[in-house]
Amino acid sequence: MSNFRALQLTLLLGLLFAGGQVLAQAAGATDSELAERIAAGQKVLEDRKKGNCLSCHLIIGAELPGNTGPPLIGMQARWPDREALKAQISNPVLRNPNTIMPPYGLHRILTDAEIELLVDYIYSL
Amino acid sequence: MNWKKLPALFLALMLSGQAQSDPETDYLALQKLYQQKFPDIELAEFKDGVYAIDAKMREQWLEMEDFPAYEIAIDEGEELYNTPFANGKSYATCFGDDPGVKSGYPRFDEDLGKVVTLEVAINQCRLDNGEQALPWLIGDLARISSYMAFASRGKHFDIKIETPAARAAYNVGKQFYYSRRGQLNFNCSGCHQLNVGQMLRAERTSPTVGQATHWPVYRGKWEDVGTIHKRFQECNSQVRSLPLEPQSDVYRSLEYFLTFMSNGMELNGPGSRR
Ligand code: HEC
Ligand code: HEC
Repeated sequence: MSNFRALQLTLLLGLLFAGGQVLAQAAGATDSELAERIAAGQKVLEDRKKGNCLSCHLIIGAELPGNTGPPLIGMQARWPDREALKAQISNPVLRNPNTIMPPYGLHRILTDAEIELLVDYIYSL
Repeated sequence: MNWKKLPALFLALMLSGQAQSDPETDYLALQKLYQQKFPDIELAEFKDGVYAIDAKMREQWLEMEDFPAYEIAIDEGEELYNTPFANGKSYATCFGDDPGVKSGYPRFDEDLGKVVTLEVAINQCRLDNGEQALPWLIGDLARISSYMAFASRGKHFDIKIETPAARAAYNVGKQFYYSRRGQLNFNCSGCHQLNVGQMLRAERTSPTVGQATHWPVYRGKWEDVGTIHKRFQECNSQVRSLPLEPQSDVYRSLEYFLTFMSNGMELNGPGSRR
């Protein structure tokens, strides 16, 4: 096998592997990986210096929730479109120009990765 | 013609071209808003702020009021108020025999072209008599102000906005109240009007109407009485924006706007808050 073909093969294998990873993530990865992401997302949501979402949203079982926004329940069923849900968190002004909810992505309150974790968590609610 | 008035007049002329709201109209609109949101609560009751809305918080607050933490501040303020300056004069030289003058503050000073709050007037009195100005937020100035607020209890706010320059200052304050700022992108009106009475964690927000009646306020968190500009700073910081300087032109205008929205209401300061 020439060096060139070997390189091609490595590249191909690499692409397949990376693609597989992306697929696994979108499908929720393994159960234990997803459980980790959900736990991390819950931390981002509850941390007063990060999401602090409980100051406005009720989540069943959480302590001292506010009621300025709607309760976060049945999220999979009510927000099946992941991108739309991310947009609501990233820049809620798009849906409601008068909203009081902070623009977490637009104002860099949370990173993209943190918002992904958050979404994994609230999809579990 | 008073030349000192020129900048203020110029500003007023520039602004008058735009759709400028009239304070009276704003005042009536806001009263209507709270009457609609809280049909069972008389507007006059909002002098107690959030405690007019939440029965449980009110109960705890009334217990605190049995032994109010601001009482010492009133006593100390009275003593400071009655201690003559080095030149033999006193605060009474500036304010007259009755220290209960808070119902007329803030007022717009046409000659200065600026809003004068009670705290500014107290420090001006000191400066005019060769004394040093006191720090704005907590401490002796807030104590003197607490004594004067106490002496003003039972009176009703009578804030006047009569000239174009005064109206321009009012509009600066109003604009600040309705503008979004900070990383969290909040405006004062978002919390105190649109979502008034909602819970933010364990805190419930009070209506704009009545927010000015009871200052200075004692808060456990401050371990002292503080002026309303300390609260402005705190509400600014909460949304991760830089607070302005106390008694800066914009904060003075904000207090002017806010106090006008409590016009006609009974003064019940100093107050205590969580
Ligand atoms: C200061 C208040 C506030 C905070 C903090 C806040 N929200 Fe919201 N949220 C609202 C309000 C009010 C709405 C209602 C729609 C609107 O006005 O945008 C809302 C709507 C939503 C919705 C749509 C819910 C539905 O059922 O329609 C989602 C999802 C959401 N918020 C998620 C979050 C997440 C996640 C966080 C934290 C990272 C958060 N919110 C923080 C006030 C807030
Ligand atoms: C994120 C929500 C939020 C924003 C934005 C906000 N406030 Fe507040 N404010 C509160 C809460 C909560 C309190 C404490 C409960 C109460 O008394 O309203 C409070 C209290 C106050 C008080 C004391 C009320 C009293 O009765 O003693 C004043 C005055 C006030 N805010 C003015 C402002 C001004 C001016 C702005 C804008 C610069 C502002 N607030 C923005 C939430 C907010």
